[in-house]
Amino acid sequence: MTLTTLAPSEDLLTVSNLGVTLDHHPVLDGVSFYLKPRTTLAIVGPNGAGKTTLFRVLLGLIAHSGSVEWHRPVKIGYVPQHFSVTDVPISVREFLAFKCKTDYRECLASVGLDDREFLGKRLSALSGGEMQRILIAWAIVDRPDVLLFDEPTSSVDIGSQDLVYETLNSLEKTAGITVLLISHDIHTVMHYSDYTLALNRGVIYFGESRALSDPELLQKIFGSGSILADHEHSSARRSA
Amino acid sequence: MTDALVYGLVAGIAVGLAAGYIGSLMVLKRMALVGDALSHVALPGLAIGLLLGFNPFLGAFAFLFAAAVVTWYIEWSTKLSVESIVGVLFVLALAVGILITPQPDLLEALFGDITSVTLLYAVAAVAVSVPVVLLTRLIYTKVVLSLISDELAKSTGVRVAQVNLLYLLLVAVVVAAGIQIVGSILVGALVIVPAAAMKNVSSNLTRYALLSGLTGIATVSVGVLVSAGLGLPAGPLVVVVGFVIFLAALVARRVAGVL
Repeated sequence: MTLTTLAPSEDLLTVSNLGVTLDHHPVLDGVSFYLKPRTTLAIVGPNGAGKTTLFRVLLGLIAHSGSVEWHRPVKIGYVPQHFSVTDVPISVREFLAFKCKTDYRECLASVGLDDREFLGKRLSALSGGEMQRILIAWAIVDRPDVLLFDEPTSSVDIGSQDLVYETLNSLEKTAGITVLLISHDIHTVMHYSDYTLALNRGVIYFGESRALSDPELLQKIFGSGSILADHEHSSARRSA
Repeated sequence: MTDALVYGLVAGIAVGLAAGYIGSLMVLKRMALVGDALSHVALPGLAIGLLLGFNPFLGAFAFLFAAAVVTWYIEWSTKLSVESIVGVLFVLALAVGILITPQPDLLEALFGDITSVTLLYAVAAVAVSVPVVLLTRLIYTKVVLSLISDELAKSTGVRVAQVNLLYLLLVAVVVAAGIQIVGSILVGALVIVPAAAMKNVSSNLTRYALLSGLTGIATVSVGVLVSAGLGLPAGPLVVVVGFVIFLAALVARRVAGVL
C-alpha cells in the first residue's frame, strides 16, 4: 500500500517533503508520511538510512527543510538508542524524578514493575529488560501523547524483547499513546505495528505493516539477505 | 589559634564544600584529569598579577575563566574530547606560568600558603562558594541527565551546551578560590578526591552529592588543622587527608558491600 492509497484523515502528524543535511551530506530527502493517533508506526531501514535523524527532527532538535506539522499540541516522550548509566550512582526514583515528581506506582505498574522493589534500586543494577521498561516508564511518566522509541530492544535479551513490545502495545491500547518505534526486526514490525515507514534517505515504503507478509515487498525494503536473517531470527524466537 | 588559621579554616570549609559538591559532577563526567589540568592554567594569571602588581588571584581567575570558555568552545565546535583539549593546551600554561612567575613567589603560587589568608580572602571565599553551590544544585540534574544521554536531556528541554558552559565557569571559580589554600598544583585534588572517594560508598545521587560536599569540608579542615599543628604546608596535607579518606571509602565499599 502506498502513501496515495492511505487516506490522511484525522492525522496527528503530517510530514511533507522533509529534508535534512548534516555536514553537507543529505541524510533525509523528500520524506513524506503521516501519523494516525493511537496507532504504532514502525520505522525501518538500513544503518545510516536516517531513522534516528527523523526522530531528532520530530523532537525539534535539528534544522530541516520541508514541513513537519503536528495537528494538535502534543507532549512527546522519547527513549534514545544510546544511554550510559553504568558509572552513575543514581536510583530509579531519582531518574524518574528528573522528568517529574509524582507517585510512580501506577507508572511502574503499567510497565510491569513493582515500585516497592524497583524505586530504590540503582539503575546500573538493572537487567537489560528491566532497564528498557524503566526507560519506557521514564518516557510515559508525564503522560505523553506520543512515544518515540529508538530500537527499544537493541540491548535486551531475546526473552525480554516480546515483554517490552507487549508493554508498548498495551500502552497504545490502554493509555491511547501513539507510538513511533525504530526497529531492525521484521517480526517486531509485523506483529506490533499498524503502519511501517521504510527509509533509505527517502521513503521506500509507507503503508500498513500487514502488507509486509508479501515477500516481494519485503525484498524491496530489506533486500534478500535481510529477509532470510530476519525470518530465521523470528522463527528461533517464536520456538524459544 | 591565630587569626590566619581561623580565616584559613573558614575559607577552607567554604571552598571545600563547593569543590566537593561540584567535583561530584566532574568525576561523573570523567573529567577528573581536566579538573587537575585546569587548575594549572591559574599559574600564568598569578604570575602576571605578581609582575604587574595587581591581586594575583584576579589574574588567576581571569585565566581560569578564559580557559573554561575556550575549553567549552573547542569542545562544542569541534566535538573533541575535553581531555584532549586540556592535555594539549593546559600543560603549556603550567610551563609558561613557571617560566614567568617571579622566583620568590613561585612556591606559594604552586603550593599555596594558608598562613597568609586574610579576613578579606575568607569573606571572598564564602561569598563565591555559596553561589557556586546554589548554581551547581540548579544545574545538577541537567548535567547528570546529559551525561546519561545527550539526546534524552535535549528532548526534555535541557540546553546542554549552555549548562556545560555554566558548569565549567563554576569549576573555574572554585579552582580560583582554592588556590590560596592548596596552591595551583594541588587545587585540582580538592575538586576530584572527595567525590572520587564518595562514589565508592554512594547508592544514589542525593547521597553522593551530599557526601562529596561534606568530604570536601572534612578534607580541607583536617588538612589545615594538621598543618597548623605540625608546621607543615597545608596544600600537600589536604591532599594526603583526601587520599586517606579515599582509601577508607574503598575499604568501606569492600567490607560493607555498599554497591
